[in-house]
Order: sequence, then C-alpha cells, then structure tokens
Amino acid sequence: MSWFIRKEKGINTPTEMKREAPDGLWYQCPNCKKIMQTREHKMNAYTCEHCNYHEKVGSEAYFEILFDHNKFTELDASLTSADPLNFKDTKAYPDRIRSTMEKTGLKDAVRTGYGRMNDLEIVIACMDFNFIGGSMGSVVGEKIARAIDHALKNRQPFLMISRSGGARMMEAGFSLMQMAKTSAKLALLSEAGIPYISLLTDPTTGGVTASYAMLGDFNISEPEALIGFAGPRVIRETIGKDLPKGFQSAEFVLEHGFLDFIVDRKDLKDKLTSLLKMIQ
Amino acid sequence: MRTYLDFEKPIAELDNKLADMRRLAEESTIDVSAATAALESGIAKLRQEIFDNLTRWQRVQLSRHPDRPYTYEYIQLMCDEFIELHGDRQVRDDPAMIGGFANLNGQGIMIIGQQKGRNTKQRQHRNFGMPNPEGYRKALRLMKLAEKFNKPIITLIDTPGAFPGLEAEERGQGEAIARNLKEMFMLKVPVICIVIGEGASGGALGIAIGDRVMMLENTWYSVISPENCSTILWRSWDYKEQAADAMKLTARDMKANKLIDEIVPEPLGGAHLDHVGMAAILKGVILDHLGQLSQLSPEERINQRIDKFCDMGVVVE
Repeated sequence: MSWFIRKEKGINTPTEMKREAPDGLWYQCPNCKKIMQTREHKMNAYTCEHCNYHEKVGSEAYFEILFDHNKFTELDASLTSADPLNFKDTKAYPDRIRSTMEKTGLKDAVRTGYGRMNDLEIVIACMDFNFIGGSMGSVVGEKIARAIDHALKNRQPFLMISRSGGARMMEAGFSLMQMAKTSAKLALLSEAGIPYISLLTDPTTGGVTASYAMLGDFNISEPEALIGFAGPRVIRETIGKDLPKGFQSAEFVLEHGFLDFIVDRKDLKDKLTSLLKMIQ
Repeated sequence: MRTYLDFEKPIAELDNKLADMRRLAEESTIDVSAATAALESGIAKLRQEIFDNLTRWQRVQLSRHPDRPYTYEYIQLMCDEFIELHGDRQVRDDPAMIGGFANLNGQGIMIIGQQKGRNTKQRQHRNFGMPNPEGYRKALRLMKLAEKFNKPIITLIDTPGAFPGLEAEERGQGEAIARNLKEMFMLKVPVICIVIGEGASGGALGIAIGDRVMMLENTWYSVISPENCSTILWRSWDYKEQAADAMKLTARDMKANKLIDEIVPEPLGGAHLDHVGMAAILKGVILDHLGQLSQLSPEERINQRIDKFCDMGVVVE
C-alpha cells in the first residue's frame, strides 16, 4: 500500500499558510448521488437539480422559503412539554425531551409564526420531524390550536406543513385528544370562511393524517412524499403481502382523490400565493 | 362454558367446587344449603378482593373478554325498538360499524357503534371490530341524519383500531376519521359517547367527539394498544403490562386526567357476568345525561363541546 512515499518528513504547514476549503460546500443528493453546490441546493428550495429529490427539511427551511425575506413573528416559541403521565419506557420522557432539545435546538415538533408571503399575510405552522419523529403531543396540539386562533382573530389564511409519524405515545391519552382539539379549531376556522391549506410532506402518517393534515380546504403535497394512516410496515404485517410499488406515495394519494395537487417545493410559494389571491 | 381470565382462576376453582356441591345435592338427599351459601359468599368475597385490586393490564384483558356485551347486545337490552340502517352511500356497507334509529324509553335516538363478533365466522364478518373508511363515513351519514331529524346521538366505542389495510388506505382511512372529528364538533344535537370495551386510538376517537364522553369501568382508551406501544418503545411484545401502566389508559386514569367526563360502574366481576344488569346501568346513565343536555341550546352544547376538548393537554409555558 505504499504507492505514495513521503519524501520529506515532518511537513508542518503553519495555519496561516493553509488553503481555505470550508466544509459543506458540496451537497450530494441521497437519491441520485449527484453532486451540486450547497448554495445552489438551498436556492433550489433544498431539492436536487438533477432528479428533483426533495430533501427532508424542517421549519427553519420552510419559513425561509415562504416568508418574505425570512421575516416572521414566531408564536408561543417558549412552549415546552410537561410530563403529565410520568412516562417511562427505556428512558424517562423528560430525559428524552431534554436530550432531543439539545440535539436539535428545537423546543418541540412544531413551530408556528405569522408574516407575509409575497406580501400576503399568512399564519404558518410547520412540523419538525427530527424532534421525536415529529410526534404530536400536547405542545404540538396546543401550538397549532393557538396558531389557528391567531388566524381566526386576524382573519389570515392558515398553512399547516405536516411531517410526522403520528401521535406521541409518551403522552398517550393527551396526545390522542390533540387530534380532537386541532380538528375543533379547524372547524371554527372553516365556519369563519378562512382558507386552510394543508401541505403533507414526507412522511405524514398516523394521528396527524387522521386529523388536521387531511382537513384542508386544499390538501397538497410534495413529489413522492409518503402519506398514510397506518405505516407501511403495519399494513404489510396485516395483509401478509408486500405492498405495491408507489403505495401511499403522494402520487398514489392524489390518484385516489385525497390531494388537490402536488407541487415542487421551489414553486410552492408562488403557487400558494396565486391560489390564495384567487379566493381572496 | 364461561371463559375465565388468568387472574380469575381462583374464582373458577371455587365456581367448580360450587357446581360439584350442587350436583352432589341433586344426586343425594344430603342438605348442602349451608355449605353452598358459605361457598357463595366466599366466592363473592374473593371476587370483590380480586376486582378491588385489578392492574391496568387486567382491565385491558377484561375489556376484551370474549363474553363481554357488544354494541348489538346493548342496543337490544336498552332499546325497545331498533331499525338498523346500512351503507355509506359511496362504496359499501361496513359490518364493523353498525347504527340506526332506536327507541329509548319512548324517545327516538340514533345509536352507532363498532361491532365485534362472537365466533370465528362472525369475527371475520365484523373484521374484529376494525372499521374501514366506509364505516366512519356511514357513522357520519347517520349522525347527519340524526341532526336533520333533531334526535340525540349515542355512540358505543369498542375497537382495537381502525383497520390498517390496503383498501382502507386507498379509500382514505385518515381522511374519513379526520372528517368525523371535525364534523362531530358542529353537530347541533346532543352527542353521548361511551367506551364499552376497547378504545384504540383514532379508530375510537372517530366516533367519540361528544358532549359527554364516558368509559365503562373495565375498559381502556388511549393512543395505541399496550402491545403495540411495547413493540415500538421497548422493541418487544413482552412489556405490554409496563406499557399499560405507563400510558395510564384505564377509565380511572382517564377521568383523573380529565380526558373523559365520567366512569360508568360495571356489575361486580365485570360486564360479561351480567349483561342485563350492565345494560340497565348504562341506560340509566344515558337517560340522565340526555336530560341534562336537553336543557342546553345547540350553540351552548357546541361551545362547551369545543371548549372541553380544547382544554385537554398539559404544556409548560
């Protein structure tokens, strides 16, 4: 293995002489494996310019993409989880929350805020999957409920961006009732004639699909996002067969009549603006 | 033959002894009345003791007891008349969800619930009480019908979950449940929901948005079954008892956490021992609440219903 033999020993380049080569200059698409500049990937709304793969991003990226100049006022930013059941599995729930907070820098699995999108006032709630699988507990339900209250009070359209494995088991019954709570608020929003757009991103399953995510005046998604009630593994075990290709993809869900359209993330802002202007 | 659960084994032994004694008495002339009376009171005492100290997992087992009354039995035992209505008007009729107009003490009501089967054939027909989207859509259709004719709605919840199948996904299981949640909040008529057996997750909640939500004493209601919770969090089926404890899924827990309004007591030993007695208790509770709710205007009921659910949840500000 000694193809390269170091001729001079002890080369020590002083720091100031070292060439600058910052980390993260390049992005490799996990789908097509092709390389593009990180900056361009970001300009492309975190989608691959070669294969259109939509990188899974969270609230920070969506807020940046949708709010003009990334300017928005965050709502209830300090809300965090309690431990009403004293829940413990292999780890105590408060410890799990704490370590997830440290790891992600997030307070819980949703962030909500209001601002302008192409000059149009809008309230946006966006889930973060890397916070315990984007699971919905009391904080997620409460923040969404309050964001809808804000939309109601100010008569501004509401956009919900879902990405979640479903309800959070560590708050058991409390999590289940967040499905009811958010649906109640959406019923009020609907009565008030305020538009509600639900964007289902990869993946959206379980109690989130069975409540607010499917209740939009417009249910929309991104290409190839996984959308379902039961997860693929559970269905496979139930029916004892492999699932057909493309089952539970956004395209499949659109075909079966549960989505209004699928939109590329880089077109999202303009398309939503056009839609909202048409119904204004 | 009665079915005894594991923890009922000591009762089973005494029950057998009692049966033997009675047979003996029939075959001979020996007077055993004193002995049988003593044994009977012993059984009652033992039963009381066991049922005073039930674990959460034991209550889960009771909620699934094969002899427990199901929705149809409650309808038959509580109502004078029942006209079953079928179909969602879109795809098909779902036998896992039943419903129709009934007569309760001279009052017209709509009664809806998941239905399980007693034997293998029935269980398959009823899909083990796991509705497809059609079931939820049928339930909603019937609820709207009740609203149209100004009749109160009673729902009986008993499901191991909404069916996680291929066709269920194709036909929008998530959408069907979500729509029910939203629509049920706006129903102008009184809505009373009672968990009579298993209350598993969205599949239960899909017919459980009411002015009153109650649970029978030996039932469970939570976001997932203890077995599935154990599989996901402990990566093994074996921690179901810990999972049941961790989730606090019994009627008592749910009441303490203000996630339900009331616990409906069961006859000693569980609803499966006394269907008639259980139905009578439930009927009384329903009539009582219907009386209370009829005093309110539709707007008051809707507002209170929404406020109640919106108060659920614990967060740190």
